[in-house]
Amino acid sequence: MGDAALTAEVDGVAVGEVATPCSTDEVAATLRGAAGGGRSVVVQGGGTKRTWAMPPRSADLLLDLSGMDRVVEHAAGDLIVTAQAGTPLAAVQEHVAAAGQRLLVDETIPGSTVGGVLATNASGPARLLAGTMRDLLIGVTMVRADGVVARAGGKVVKNVAGYDVGKLLVGSYGTLAVVTEATFRLHPVPPVRRWLTVPFGSATEAQRLVQDVLAAQVVPAALEVAVDGDARSVTLLLEGRGAGVDGRAQAAAGLLPGATSTEERPDGWGRYPWDPSATGDDRAVALKLTFRLSALADVLEAAADLAVRGSAGAGVLYASMSGDEPAAVAPVLTRLREVCGRHGGAVVVLDAPAAVKRTVDVWGPVPALDLMRRVKDEFDPDRRLAPGRFVGGI
Amino acid sequence: MSPLERLTDRVRAQLPGAAVITDPSRLRTYECDGLSHYRATPALVVLPEDVDQLAAVVGACAELGVPYVARGSGTGLSGGALPHTEGVLVVTSRMRSVREVRPEDQRAVVEPGVINLDVTRAATPHGYYYAPDPSSQQVCSIGGNVAENSGGAHCLKYGFTTNHVTGVEMVSPDGEVVRLGGDAPDAPGYDLLGAVVGSEGTLGVVTEVTVRLTRLPEHVVTVLAGFDSTDRAGAAVSAIIGAGIVPAAIEMMDALAIEAAEAAVHCEYPEGAGAVLVIELDGSQAEVEAEYDDVVQLCEKSAAFEIRTAVDPTERALIWKGRKSAFAAVGRISPDYIVQDGVIPRTALPEVLGRIAALSEESGVRVANVFHAGDGNLHPLVLFDDAVEGAGDAAEEVSRAILDLCIEHGGSITGEHGVGADKAAHMPKMFAADDLDTMQLVRCAFDPAHVSNPGKVFPTPRLCGEVPGRRKGAHPLQEAGLAEVF
Ligand SMILES: Cc1cc2nc3c(=O)[nH]c(=O)nc-3n(C[C@H](O)[C@H](O)[C@H](O)COP(=O)(O)OP(=O)(O)OC[C@H]3O[C@@H](n4cnc5c(N)ncnc54)[C@H](O)[C@@H]3O)c2cc1C
Repeated sequence: MGDAALTAEVDGVAVGEVATPCSTDEVAATLRGAAGGGRSVVVQGGGTKRTWAMPPRSADLLLDLSGMDRVVEHAAGDLIVTAQAGTPLAAVQEHVAAAGQRLLVDETIPGSTVGGVLATNASGPARLLAGTMRDLLIGVTMVRADGVVARAGGKVVKNVAGYDVGKLLVGSYGTLAVVTEATFRLHPVPPVRRWLTVPFGSATEAQRLVQDVLAAQVVPAALEVAVDGDARSVTLLLEGRGAGVDGRAQAAAGLLPGATSTEERPDGWGRYPWDPSATGDDRAVALKLTFRLSALADVLEAAADLAVRGSAGAGVLYASMSGDEPAAVAPVLTRLREVCGRHGGAVVVLDAPAAVKRTVDVWGPVPALDLMRRVKDEFDPDRRLAPGRFVGGI
Repeated sequence: MSPLERLTDRVRAQLPGAAVITDPSRLRTYECDGLSHYRATPALVVLPEDVDQLAAVVGACAELGVPYVARGSGTGLSGGALPHTEGVLVVTSRMRSVREVRPEDQRAVVEPGVINLDVTRAATPHGYYYAPDPSSQQVCSIGGNVAENSGGAHCLKYGFTTNHVTGVEMVSPDGEVVRLGGDAPDAPGYDLLGAVVGSEGTLGVVTEVTVRLTRLPEHVVTVLAGFDSTDRAGAAVSAIIGAGIVPAAIEMMDALAIEAAEAAVHCEYPEGAGAVLVIELDGSQAEVEAEYDDVVQLCEKSAAFEIRTAVDPTERALIWKGRKSAFAAVGRISPDYIVQDGVIPRTALPEVLGRIAALSEESGVRVANVFHAGDGNLHPLVLFDDAVEGAGDAAEEVSRAILDLCIEHGGSITGEHGVGADKAAHMPKMFAADDLDTMQLVRCAFDPAHVSNPGKVFPTPRLCGEVPGRRKGAHPLQEAGLAEVF
C-alpha cells in the first residue's frame, strides 16, 4: 500500500519518513543510515497486519518492502522457491502452481506478503498438514539493525549446519532483523481436495468429532471448527488421489454422520473470524488461542459468546469480539487466559482498537522473557527495530 | 584450589556418590562419541538423576567458569559430545523416564536420556509413534536428537526433530531452568525452541522434551527396485517426486554399498544391480494403493529391472535390513571408513554422483553411496585401510572434496549429523563471516561466557561484548519507563 494517507502512521504512531527499497543492498544502505541517525525502523510488506501486536513506540522510518516483489528462483524439481519479502503470497502461489506445486500456508488476509506472513507467523487450516512458516522456511536473507546483510539456512530442505536463525525471525514482528528474501520448501498440489462439513451442537460434541477424526485413519489435511452465533460446524479437508480421497471420505462419513461434501473451497475457508479490512476503532478485538488438543471443549465453552474459527486439529483457534467497549474486553481475556493457560497454551491479542490495547496485556504471560530480551539485545542493542511492538516491551 | 577442584567438591556435596566419576579409567570410557578418531578425556563426569542435580552442576560450572559438555548416548557422528579435557561431561543416561504419553493430545513428555525408539514403544499401544527415526534409534537419546535436529529415512514426508518437538525444559548456561514451548504450538515471543533444536548442546542442556506423537499409518508398502545404474534410479526418484507423490522414504544404495550389505546381512537385493531404491509409502489403505500403482509404473518407465513389494512387517524388515545395516556392513569390505554427510539439491544427484565417481577413480579411494535420495542427503562411505601409509589422508581428502561438491551445488555440509568438532572448520566455506557472526549473536545471548560445549559448531568464537549475566533488578527499559506496563 503505497497510499500516503495509510503510510503516514502505524497504528496511531506518526511515521517520520517512508523508504521503498527494491533490493537487499538498498535495505542495507537504508538501515545503515538509520543506525547512524539512531532512528527507529518499522517494516511493512502488504500492510495487512501493520496494526497487529502493540503499536511501536516510534516509527522514524517506515520501510515499505512492497517494491521487493519478485520470485527469485523456483526450482521445481527440488520443490523449493525463493521470493523477495514483499512478494504477495498469492503471486508466489500462482508462480509455483504452474509446476503443480504450492507453498503450504494459507493466505489468511488477502494481500499478505511472504515477509509479513513470516514475521507474524500467520497460519490457517494448512498448518495441520505442514505446520507454519517456521516449518516451511529453509533459508533466509536478512539485514540486521546495523545494516549488515546475513544469511542463514540454505536452499536444501535438509540442513543442520549452524543455528536455525530463520526460526527466530519467524513470528518476531520485525524486531530482530529485516527479512529481505526467503526460501521455502514446496509441496505438490493434490489432484483432489474434498471438504466434509458437519454441524455440531455442544462444545463437547465438537471435541468428540475432532478426536474421532484424529484417532481414525482418514489422514486429515485440515480439521477446522467455526462458530458464528448459531452456526457451528466442524470441517474436515481430505487431499490426495481420487481413489484415496474416496476411500477416506467413506471412512470419515461414518465419523461425521450427515456431513455435506464439496470439492469447492467453502466460503471463509482459511480466513479469520473478523473483518481484516476494518481500521482504527472499527477493528474487532482479534484473538489467537492455543491449547492442548483434548481441551477443545473447554476452550469453546470459554469462548461461547465470541465468533470462533480455527484449526481444532492443531490446537489453535482465532476468536473475535467487539472492541466498542474496551472495559468489557479484559474480563473475557482473563477468562480465556485462565482456560488456555490451564491447558498448556496461551491467548494473544493480535489486533484491537487503540483503547483496548491500552487497557489489556496484549501478549499475556511470556515464559523465558529474559532470554528473549538477551536475544533482542544482541541483534538490536539500540532497540530501534519496531521498538515496543513485541513481548515484554521488546 | 583450582576451579575444577572446587567444582568437584561442590558437585560431590550435591549429587549422590555414584553420580560423580573421577576415576581415570572410568573417565576414559567417555573419551569419544560415534566419531571415534576424536578423543579427549573429560576432567569429570557427572550423571545427574534429575533437573535439580543437573542445574546444580551447570550452575557451579557457570559460577566457576568451568566448561561442560552434554552427552546422551554418545552416538553422534560429528564429535559433538567430544569432552573438554578441563571440563565436565554431563551425561543424561540416568534421566530415562517416559513421563507422560497422552494420545488425546498427541504428545509425550520424556526425559532427555530416553532412547528414541522407547518413545515409539510407549506410544504404539495407543496407536501412535514418534516419527523421527534416525538409523541409530535403538540407542540414541532424545536429548541428543534435539541437539542435532536428527532426521531419519522417513523425514522426507514427516520432517525432522524440529518439526516434532513442541517444548523443552532446559538448564541455560547460567544454571537457570527455563521452559520453551509446551503442549500447544506457537508460544508467544521469539521461537527460542526453534533455535535450541539443532544447536548441538551449545545453548544449554535439555532436561525434558515434549514431543508430538503421530498416528500409526493404517497401511505401509515397501518397494525394492533394482536398476542398472544410479542414473536410472535417480531418474525414477525424480519421476516419483515430479508426479506429486511424497513417499514416506526413498533411499538409494549403489553397487558397492549393495555388495557390502550382501556380505554382511545377505539381504538378497536384485543381482547385478548398479543401484537399488527402497521406497516406502504409508497412510490410509486407499491412498497408499493409489500411489503404489503409480510408483511401480514410474520405476518401470525408468527401466527398473526388478521390483519387489513387501506389505507385511517381516517382508518389509527384510528389504530394510540391507539399507539399515549399510554403515556397519561396509566394515565387511573395508577395514576403515569415513561416513560423510552432505546435502545437495536432489536434481543435482546425477551430476554429483558422477563427480564422486570421478574423484574415486582419480584417487583410487573407493566410495560407497548410501543415501536419502528423496531429499538429496548423501552419506558417502569413504573406504580406506589405516594400515596402509597415507591411506587415511587420501580418504580424508576425498571426503573433504565431496563436501566441497555439496557446497558448490548449493547444498549443505551436513544434513543430519551436525557440525560438532568435525566440521567447524568447514563452516566458513558454506557461510560468510557475517552469517556466522549473526548466528553467534544467539550464542552470545544464551552463553556469553562460552561454557556450554565450547569449541563446537563455530570455527572461531565471537567475542560477546559485555557479559550481561543474570538481570537481577528491573530491565533498563522498564526503569526508563519505556516498557512493560504489565
Ligand atoms: C550407526 C549410526 C547411525 C546413525 N544414523 C543417523 C540417522 O539416520 N540420522 C541422524 O540424524 N543421525 C544418525 N546418527 C547420528 C546420531 O545417532 C544422532 O546424532 C543422535 O541424535 C545422537 O544422539 P546421542 O544421544 O547419541 O547424542 P550424543 O552423541 O551423546 O550427543 C550429540 C550432541 O548432542 C548434545 N547433547 C546430548 N544430550 C543433550 C541434552 N540433553 N541437551 C543438550 N545437548 C545434548 C551433545 O553435547 C552433542 O553435541 C547415527 C549414528 C550412528 C552411530
